[in-house]
Amino acid sequence: MSGDDTNPARRRFLTQATTAIGAVGVGFLLVPFISSMAPSAKARAAGAPVRADISKLEPGQMIRVEWRGKPVWIVKRTREILDKLAEIEPVLADVTSEISDQPEYAKNPERSIKPEILVLVGICTHLGCSPTYRPDVAPIDLGADWQGGFFCPCHGSKFDMSGRVFKSMPAPKNLPVPPYRFFKSMPAPKNLPVPPYRFITDAVIVIGEDQEVA
Amino acid sequence: MAGNTADKWQGGLLGWIDARFPLSSMWNEHLAKYYAPKNFNFWYYFGSLALFVLVIQIVTGIWLTMNYKPDAELAFNSVEYIMRDVNWGWLIRYMHSTGASAFFIVVYLHMFRALLYGSYQKPRELIWIFGMIIYVCLMAEAFMGYLLPWGQMSYWGAQVIINLFGAIPYIGEGIAEWIRGDYVVADATLNRFFAFHVIAVPIVLLALVVLHLLALHEVGSNNPDGVEIKKNKGPDGNPVDGIPFHPYYTVKDIVGVIVFLIFFSIVVFFMPEMGGYFLEHNNFIPADPLKTPEHIAPLWFFTPFYAILRAIPSLGGSSFPGVLAMGVSIVVLFFLPWLDRSPVKSIRYRGTLYKVWLALFVISFVILGWLGMEQPTTLYTWIARICTVIYFAFFFLMPIYTKMDKTKPVPDRVTS
Repeated sequence: MSGDDTNPARRRFLTQATTAIGAVGVGFLLVPFISSMAPSAKARAAGAPVRADISKLEPGQMIRVEWRGKPVWIVKRTREILDKLAEIEPVLADVTSEISDQPEYAKNPERSIKPEILVLVGICTHLGCSPTYRPDVAPIDLGADWQGGFFCPCHGSKFDMSGRVFKSMPAPKNLPVPPYRFFKSMPAPKNLPVPPYRFITDAVIVIGEDQEVA
Repeated sequence: MAGNTADKWQGGLLGWIDARFPLSSMWNEHLAKYYAPKNFNFWYYFGSLALFVLVIQIVTGIWLTMNYKPDAELAFNSVEYIMRDVNWGWLIRYMHSTGASAFFIVVYLHMFRALLYGSYQKPRELIWIFGMIIYVCLMAEAFMGYLLPWGQMSYWGAQVIINLFGAIPYIGEGIAEWIRGDYVVADATLNRFFAFHVIAVPIVLLALVVLHLLALHEVGSNNPDGVEIKKNKGPDGNPVDGIPFHPYYTVKDIVGVIVFLIFFSIVVFFMPEMGGYFLEHNNFIPADPLKTPEHIAPLWFFTPFYAILRAIPSLGGSSFPGVLAMGVSIVVLFFLPWLDRSPVKSIRYRGTLYKVWLALFVISFVILGWLGMEQPTTLYTWIARICTVIYFAFFFLMPIYTKMDKTKPVPDRVTS
């Protein structure tokens, strides 16, 4: 090829066009790689509801249930605890749970359907630690003003017995309330079924055939 | 005669290689004829030591991978299996866990050396930037490696750090979910952290080490006097204040390696947990997604930044300010070469102002590191806030006080 045949403008255009198309191709190729790291179909499907038996829950006691991999707390509050909820309101950051997450039916001072039963997602709204249940009044480490509640060991956020956050804490919001409802009883009314079976010898058993009536 | 033939064969082989690959010229450029200042002191051990620890980590890491299982069901027990049943598994694992802390000790001293002698100043800005990227990669590597034993601290530490991204307004929760690959830290998280810890980050680290050294060898090493030795060249074209790196500094660095190994062995054999600072007590309990340990703290090398995070209260219903402050506390280090306006490099010729600020910075960094391991109380939070202010003031006021500072005249040649 002699130098006379070259057309620099055309070459530059072709180079730029090839580069641009190549960049678009790389952009498309990134999609599967980035998307591959998002929660898989299996992880997304694991969000089914769970049931907990609270019939044996003692006053003041807390049980933990795992829901969507997160700890959910169920606390049975006493009358005494519920009466103190109003007293502590001046030091709370979001008293009426305006900016916090809860179902509409739990947007009340008790943050619950039944006042004595408190259900919370036990994940601190700051950075995701699970706070400690501290129902004891005025312990040494939390101070004389402590009326019971939840304390996050990671960054020191404090929550009252309704999971409402105190003022000027690292945590910005109250602890979230998950959607929940009450059942009359646990859903397993019958015992496990016994299938028909019979013994051929003492060592061999047949399942699916009734015993011959002697 | 026999020796003669062997020599010829040696030269012949080297000649054969040199005609095809720049072996001799690379050896000369980076070792035998790389002229380093003759006045290196104690602080100049830590670069080669960092390289040495990197080798320890890679070798022990490969051996750990032979028995470790990156599965939420199996991970904790596979580490115990390595500790109890694999031949010498305890030694290899303790070398790796001690190596992680040793890496940060060495790197922090290496970075402090740069602050002492202005090693980040023109024309060494890129060396500093590559070094900072190495430091950030090292933090990522240590953080992801710490999840792998799947103990309580592994789990909750990862939960907190990943949630830092969740505090970014609007897109944060999506990013945190994408990093975890699940709605909480779970098997998917463990598996991908293993992939990053074992393959992705080490490859990037090795490449960055090469870039760091290439940039260093392009401009030449700084020294405790902050004098450019290339300005004074002898008739042979080599700096008069320089000596070949090999054999002079290779031998010196071997002494450093031996002293390092004495301390390293003491820790590995007699105090591998280092009282809970190198391996935290709570990490001997398997991960429990339902219960955060009573007291959680990251490993010691992250605690200064963690204390800064905790010191900042949430604003307007968002914990983002604390996360931002923590991010800035690391990002600001990248800008050091442009924040420092001093006409001199070395602390030997700087005035009182810089010395006072550097001392304040080091003290507040150490206090923050200690506070990050303690339970937050009102008093501690306020101390952390004061130290955070000093930490940032050191950087943000640097253009002012380094300019005002009364410097001393710098000699033409290095002092002995």
